[in-house]
Amino acid sequence: MEANAAKADRRAERAAVRRRRDRRGVAIAALSTVVVIGGLTALVLTSSGWPAVRETFFNATVFKESFPDVAKAFWLDIRVFMIVEVAVLALGLIVALIRTSVSPAMFPVRLLAVVYADIFRGIPTILLVYLVGFGVPALANSTAEGSSSLSWLPTEPVVLGAIALTLSYGAYVSEVYRAGLRSVHPGQRDAALAVGLTERQAMRHVVIPQAVRNVGPPLLNDFISLQKDVALISIIGVTGEAFQVAQIQASSDFNYTPLLCAALLYMAVTIPLARMLDRWDRGRVR
Amino acid sequence: MSAPVIEFEGVTKAFGDREVLNGIDLVVEEHQAVALIGASGSGKSTLLRCADLLLDIDDGDIYLDGEVITDPAVSAVDVRRRLGFVFQAYNLFPHLNVIDNVTLGMRRAGGMSRAEAEDSARRMLARFGLEGRENESSSNLSGGQQQRVAIARAFAARPRAMLLDEVTSALDPELVGEVLRAVRDLKEEGVTMLIATHEMGFAREVADKVGFLHGGRLAEVGPPEQVLEDPQDPNTQKFLRRLLEAGRA
Ligand SMILES: Nc1ncnc2c1ncn2[C@@H]1O[C@H](COP(=O)(O)OP(=O)(O)OP(=O)(O)O)[C@@H](O)[C@H]1O
Ligand SMILES: [Mg+2]
Repeated sequence: MEANAAKADRRAERAAVRRRRDRRGVAIAALSTVVVIGGLTALVLTSSGWPAVRETFFNATVFKESFPDVAKAFWLDIRVFMIVEVAVLALGLIVALIRTSVSPAMFPVRLLAVVYADIFRGIPTILLVYLVGFGVPALANSTAEGSSSLSWLPTEPVVLGAIALTLSYGAYVSEVYRAGLRSVHPGQRDAALAVGLTERQAMRHVVIPQAVRNVGPPLLNDFISLQKDVALISIIGVTGEAFQVAQIQASSDFNYTPLLCAALLYMAVTIPLARMLDRWDRGRVR
Repeated sequence: MSAPVIEFEGVTKAFGDREVLNGIDLVVEEHQAVALIGASGSGKSTLLRCADLLLDIDDGDIYLDGEVITDPAVSAVDVRRRLGFVFQAYNLFPHLNVIDNVTLGMRRAGGMSRAEAEDSARRMLARFGLEGRENESSSNLSGGQQQRVAIARAFAARPRAMLLDEVTSALDPELVGEVLRAVRDLKEEGVTMLIATHEMGFAREVADKVGFLHGGRLAEVGPPEQVLEDPQDPNTQKFLRRLLEAGRA
């Protein structure tokens, strides 16, 4: 009896201490947030350049005016992103499967896949967009001497931009997939063969599904950068892309607020993706 | 004497210059259970994997129902469809639920329809005490349950013989019994089996024949009461004495 009462007391005491500690934690977090954020804000707002910056970057009238146009243009970014994403997933998987194949007949294709991954990961994406965007139309161009045998090549800037992004990101994503394929335990392939599957079926039904699962978070990470890099296609003359529209509006008004509109729109997509990634990663650890 | 189902003839296998099997001769007859015993690293798993053509042998031959299967012209896929293999570490497919683990081979290799395969898999799972667990993720099951799913998966296509590779060695002691019960059940049905095991009591009980692997050779083969109670080979004697001292026999 006596001992039980003492136990109950101690339990209540422990809970009280825990509550006090939690309350103090919240108070400290709130206070330090106010000090840090408030201090930074005060530093910016009291600087001598702030009024000019506010006028050229955070102009409410310009914002209201340009936001609808930039947002409309952003729809093109979204479409390009989605199409390129699907193409990258397919290309990356094909390259990864070729590179992990062992058949001697595949040797030349395997060599090509290695060269592809090395070259396209080695070139900055912006440079690749330039090369494809201006190089391919030049190849397809008919000259006075006759029509080009490559005249069937696409010359539409948005298509070329999408191709350049696919080639660049496909090389990265093939490496991500390759790591995923390696991460599947060899016993899984054995078990698939043992139940009578062919090598190809074992890949298709057992190894690839597990590899794709394992690489979800790193893939999502690459897609966050892809979403931002869609803006690069504006440099080869794609019209109606969000960054390009914002840039034109900014230079016509000598006001940079339209660029802020574009930045907000990009963040509206990338930040939810990043949160999704966090949650996914945490779910896997648990 | 009934017909031989699996026959090893002078089977030799090396990994690099490490010779693991060196001229193995062994016959597993229809309805027989043959137990393979031997120290860790003696090549029990290697011999079973060679029989399922998961490994290439270097020399000798293996026969299934009188047909040589170690000829490169023979389709390994066809051979594996006629044998069932249960792994030491279960090797269930973690991305599939329990019933899909069992039906994958039946549908993709056996060409069964989904309904047909599921019907048969459900009965197979129930037989091994797993009714009601069909739609669970395999990682939610205990080790003993996972290994019973693996047995159901291997037995679902009614193979000519089952190859069991130390099916209880990854289990907590209290889960060993339920898995051994499943194997005993197969034995009672007359399923032909080749069983690598370190459970001497179990070998004595279900095996018709015991082979002791040592130094790449079958040092001793015979009925369990002879090999386990009255071994002639000094290495078998030493192995069993050591197990006895460790309290495992
Ligand atoms: N794929 C491989 N590559 C190289 N060496 C291997 C390979 N597989 C097995 N070995 C070696 O072959 C020998 C026999 O291994 P095996 O797994 O057949 O033994 P075991 O009798 O099953 O042992 P255990 O009781 O520990 O399972 C070991 O020395 C092992 O290291
Ligand atoms: Mg083994």
